[in-house]
Amino acid sequence: MSAPERFLERLTLRRTDDPSWVAARRQAGAARFEAMGFPTRRDEAWKYTDVRRIAEGDFALATDAGFDAARFEAQRLDIDAYRLVLVDGVFSEALSELEGLPDGVQVEPLSRALSANHEAVGGALGRLAGVDFSPFTALNTAFADEGVVVRLAPGAVVDKPIYVLLLSRANGQAVMSHPRVLIEAGARSEATVIEHYSGEAEAANFTNVVTEVLLDRGAIVDHYKLQEAALTDLHVASIHVDQSRDSRFNSYNLNLGGALVRTDLVTDLNGEGAEAAYNGLFFVQGRQHVDNHTLVNHNSPRTFSNENYKGVLDDRSHGVFNGKVFVKKDAQQIEAYQNNANLLLSDRAEIDTKPELVIYADDVKCSHGATTGQLDEDAVYALRSRGIDEPMARALLTLAFVGEVMDKVRLNVIAERVERAVAGRLPERFNLADLVETAEAVQEA
Amino acid sequence: MLEVKDLHVTVEDKAILNGLNLTINAGEVHAIMGPNGAGKSTLSAVIAGKDGYEVTQGTILFEGQDIFEMEIEERARAGLLLGFQYPIEIPGVKNIYLLKAALNAQRAARGEGEIPAPEFMKLVREKSAEMKMDPSFLQRAVNEGFSGGEKKRNEILQMLVLQPKLAMLDEIDSGLDIDAMKVVASGVNSLRSADRAILLVTHYQRLLNHIEPDRVHVLVDGRIVKSGDKELALELEARGYDWVLEESAA
Repeated sequence: MSAPERFLERLTLRRTDDPSWVAARRQAGAARFEAMGFPTRRDEAWKYTDVRRIAEGDFALATDAGFDAARFEAQRLDIDAYRLVLVDGVFSEALSELEGLPDGVQVEPLSRALSANHEAVGGALGRLAGVDFSPFTALNTAFADEGVVVRLAPGAVVDKPIYVLLLSRANGQAVMSHPRVLIEAGARSEATVIEHYSGEAEAANFTNVVTEVLLDRGAIVDHYKLQEAALTDLHVASIHVDQSRDSRFNSYNLNLGGALVRTDLVTDLNGEGAEAAYNGLFFVQGRQHVDNHTLVNHNSPRTFSNENYKGVLDDRSHGVFNGKVFVKKDAQQIEAYQNNANLLLSDRAEIDTKPELVIYADDVKCSHGATTGQLDEDAVYALRSRGIDEPMARALLTLAFVGEVMDKVRLNVIAERVERAVAGRLPERFNLADLVETAEAVQEA
Repeated sequence: MLEVKDLHVTVEDKAILNGLNLTINAGEVHAIMGPNGAGKSTLSAVIAGKDGYEVTQGTILFEGQDIFEMEIEERARAGLLLGFQYPIEIPGVKNIYLLKAALNAQRAARGEGEIPAPEFMKLVREKSAEMKMDPSFLQRAVNEGFSGGEKKRNEILQMLVLQPKLAMLDEIDSGLDIDAMKVVASGVNSLRSADRAILLVTHYQRLLNHIEPDRVHVLVDGRIVKSGDKELALELEARGYDWVLEESAA
């Protein structure tokens, strides 16, 4: 049996009460996935990322959403938010808190949203993420029966972040999940949505998530993807964004966890004045592999994009950054800036970085750049000359390197958590977390 | 406190110091003066363990300990600090991080625990006020976007927090206007005490109007050719270096 067949076998075992049109879509996804098969390194988009660990894996489907309460408290973000929790892809009512949503704001598990209003919700699903995008998107389309639907009526402003927590358990039998996230932001609506991937330390599951974000005129969406899963977890994600006139999409793609993490982020700037900001960070160690493929399509004149990805790589980790900016013919007076800077903490760490600009208009402002290097030795000396030992000096400078991206993060809870995680991972006895706290205290005083 | 004996130093095979001798006792302020290229900055850089200097002969003892056996950070923790002529910018590293990490490293070396946060905050706020630095500077990256004068004040702020036994200040007066000079000088003067020493490296006498030295040395061609009290600095200001050069050649 081929790998795709083995995966799809799970589909036939699955209980189903789908309406016919959903079933048809599943079949289309399955057929497409079977035809494409898993990507190999011969595929340009997967040149540096080997997915055999996924293709050769044996993943069941979870059937319950039980999770240790104490561990849940320890892992969740300490944030006042509307919270929706999936455990191995299964909705947990017990761990979710969705009470008190303002008028015009819908946040629901996908299964429930579909049963309540198939037409409205189902119509939007898959509009941005077609089954041809990648084998994984097709696979997700075949399986997805749970996830999150966020719908904002025109003018609705959500007072608190919408927090989606996706937990992965250390199961005896590894599982796969194919969550689907749909965010429909009506005209001039505003929301912050967090996708947080976390779980038990030994979890070795496969998460294959697809997120679609539609922004109507003037909508503003801050989207966080915080990846903190176990260093044994496998994760593939694609995020598809469609922006109308004057909308703004801010992406914060923060990668700390996972054995293999691949994220595709695609934004179509379809209306004048639309603006996208991509902020990315990956901090990898051991044998972690993190691959970020980003694409901005400037389809309309007077659209703006600004991308800044920073990578810190230790041990034998491997990072991939592929950032493409595409400017359509006649999309004049656009501005597109892109930067990727990487810091190698070890001789054996590897980064493959490829910025690409494809421009078919002539009145544009574009720049891109990629740098990879080590810490500034003069700065290491300057710190040591004050009595700070070398590992600590390097730790401080590493934290400084990620600071530029973290300064953009508007949710303090996340910025502090990532800074602490970065600090805690740095070599040697070390108390940068304490320093971070002190700095915060001085600021507040 | 500091004993430099027959120190020979080369930089890229070029001899810079040629048998320098210098003794500094606790409670003293020494000034090293001399024409450009005499090797003034080399001495303090070697003591602070800066890269690129090769010691070919001689010893430096700090409180009886051979400093060449000590790592850069060990020297600093033992109480040897150099205020740089050109302090570098360290983007992203907040001043407050540097100060706290440095202070705790020093305390750990003495076997003391970490400084409690409230005590630390009180200390840095007081010392910033002494240096007429707004507390917002503590949140800023070390020297990033600072003016020349702000960088120099920041060097002294580090000294005030870390309280070195021997503070070495390399051309701390360069690029300072008169007001900034007064602030810097008053910071340095507040470090004076019976159990501490200060070594000033300067080209001009004007700094010494504000920080009065006990001993003044003239460094020429990598050697101290003349030593005296503060009057010597005034004489150098009035007469230049030529007469010392002639005297030493004779």
